[in-house]
Amino acid sequence: MFDQKSSPVLNVFCTAGYPGADSTPEVIQALQESGVDMVEIGMPYSDPLADGPVIQQVNAIALDNGMSISKLFHDLQDIRKEVHIPLMLMGYLNPVLQYGFEKFCSDAAAIGIDGLIIPDLPDYEFEKNYKQVLLKYGLDFIFLITPETSEARVRRLDSLSSGFIYAVATSSITGNENVWEDVIVYLQRIASFHLNNPVLLGFGIKDHKGFHIASKYAAGAIVGSAYIKALSGDSDIKSLTGKFVRHILGEVEAGNL
Amino acid sequence: MNGEKAANLLKEFQPDENGFYGRYGGAFIPEMLYANIEQLKSRYLDIIAGAAFKKEYFSLLKDYVGRPTPLYLAQRLSAHFGASVFLKREDLCHTGAHKINNTIGQILLAGHLGKKRIIAETGAGQHGVATATVCALKGLQCVVYMGEKDMARQAPNVARMKMLGAEVIPVMSGSKTLKDATNEAIRDWIGNAKDTYYLIGSVVGPHPYPDMVARFQSIISDEIRKQLHEQTGTSLPDYVLACVGGGSNAAGAFYHFLDDRQVQLIAVEAAGHGITSGKSAATTQLGTDGILHGSRSLVMQTEDGQVVEPHSISAGLDYPGIGPLHAHLFETGRAKFLHATDTESVAACIQLARMEGIIPALESGHALAALAQLQLKSTDKVVICLSGRGDKDMENFALEMLNT
Repeated sequence: MFDQKSSPVLNVFCTAGYPGADSTPEVIQALQESGVDMVEIGMPYSDPLADGPVIQQVNAIALDNGMSISKLFHDLQDIRKEVHIPLMLMGYLNPVLQYGFEKFCSDAAAIGIDGLIIPDLPDYEFEKNYKQVLLKYGLDFIFLITPETSEARVRRLDSLSSGFIYAVATSSITGNENVWEDVIVYLQRIASFHLNNPVLLGFGIKDHKGFHIASKYAAGAIVGSAYIKALSGDSDIKSLTGKFVRHILGEVEAGNL
Repeated sequence: MNGEKAANLLKEFQPDENGFYGRYGGAFIPEMLYANIEQLKSRYLDIIAGAAFKKEYFSLLKDYVGRPTPLYLAQRLSAHFGASVFLKREDLCHTGAHKINNTIGQILLAGHLGKKRIIAETGAGQHGVATATVCALKGLQCVVYMGEKDMARQAPNVARMKMLGAEVIPVMSGSKTLKDATNEAIRDWIGNAKDTYYLIGSVVGPHPYPDMVARFQSIISDEIRKQLHEQTGTSLPDYVLACVGGGSNAAGAFYHFLDDRQVQLIAVEAAGHGITSGKSAATTQLGTDGILHGSRSLVMQTEDGQVVEPHSISAGLDYPGIGPLHAHLFETGRAKFLHATDTESVAACIQLARMEGIIPALESGHALAALAQLQLKSTDKVVICLSGRGDKDMENFALEMLNT
């Protein structure tokens, strides 16, 4: 997915249908223009089990805005005319199943989506019922690992994943605080496994320090809740996004945000 | 737990190694919970089959919970409905409902796993009280998540939990009821996976919870068989009725009858204001296949797969899903699913109070209300699982009596 890139990868998460009902393409474009390497588009769900208050709240707002998988695919039908960086869809399994898993993959591939992250789809289910469908439509599938995941299981999830491995920084929901000394030990341990896929660090990455550690000990970082928070201001998406990304990349001090 | 009997159960009603009853069940959980679920899955059967566990479990059920609970032939109710109606008096359990059968089992399991902090979700508050009780008994820290709306309508149970030393955390997200309390408990567990045990109160959640909770509640049907045999000479009733939200008392009341096809199993869901009113919690009538709280089952949801907010007057049945075992019993036709409205449940509770001198919980009122929907013969033996007592619902009953 980003084989050619040697510098650290910054993957930013946004929630479809937030801040405005129709703002998803604008957010994605703003992220690309700001120098983000990859965008993870969150599909809102009524019961986001693994998410903290920030993302829970924007899920509710996005649903109130009328966001749905159908609307998202409609909104993104021309996204590849403007956007060339990898685009991932992230969400919970239930809405995807209601849409129809194969139809979902087919429609996602048709608009140029690169891969899926569905944290509550377990590996044995994936292998048994879904892997072939993803292969058929050429979509990557990313598994999560945590500091608690055993070496054998990390290797198994690596063998099932394509694109990258999503390393959850601390076993927690999204938007929590990390103890960085522990995160570094964890990333060093994962690095020693020499996995097939690059490892991106996510959960609780909110500033340049987190991005720097993720870049030093892994292939890069995924930033979610912090960006969602930054978007809640009332100025325009483009300038808020630009400022936020420069802050993460270490190009401005937090105080200038 | 009742090893020989469980071993004899038809495979059809036992989950497979991945926790599926037919196509329902499984463990659809994020990786953050994998280690915990795997530990539970690999150890629960061995632990609960162990001699030390069994000894403590059964001795606590007897001396602390007050089991066996009576199977009472309700004479006036029987005369009214023209059949022999037996009440399985789970309302007489310590803490006032069947919920404690499960919390005793799980608190012992948590002890075997070395967990020091217990979390739980609660709807009506009965499971929260039962959890707070066993935590006090074992000297363990207890945190209970409860929807803000449920805290208001079940205030006496909130006070009981606090008196028992539990911390009750109000849940403000979503519909502020049981579904959201469960989400919040799962989020807590994700963040505290190492030291915390999640004590689920119903036959829902990822495998192995539905099976584990069903086993702990199966004491209900084990006793019914023995007691009915003592009282009537046969261990098999014609009907077993129980209310179903997630479905733990129904799972317990049905468990040892699942293979006896001549016993008609009747699950009664909460119709709320009526099935088509838009304010209902009757999942088998309104739900479609989906995933909720880690298992595949029937779920009340929109076409887009967003979970809808259910309604029932009884907080304990106000849940947009149903345990995977029950979805399977519904699909295979092994159990028949009926439903009763808020009004019918309240009326049935008042009827039982005046006819038998027993004030049941609103949840149990749904099972009682379904009696009128059966075509009963005078020779029929009907067992109703009276899952809980009505003290917590007095405000609702008082309101109803003012209006009539």
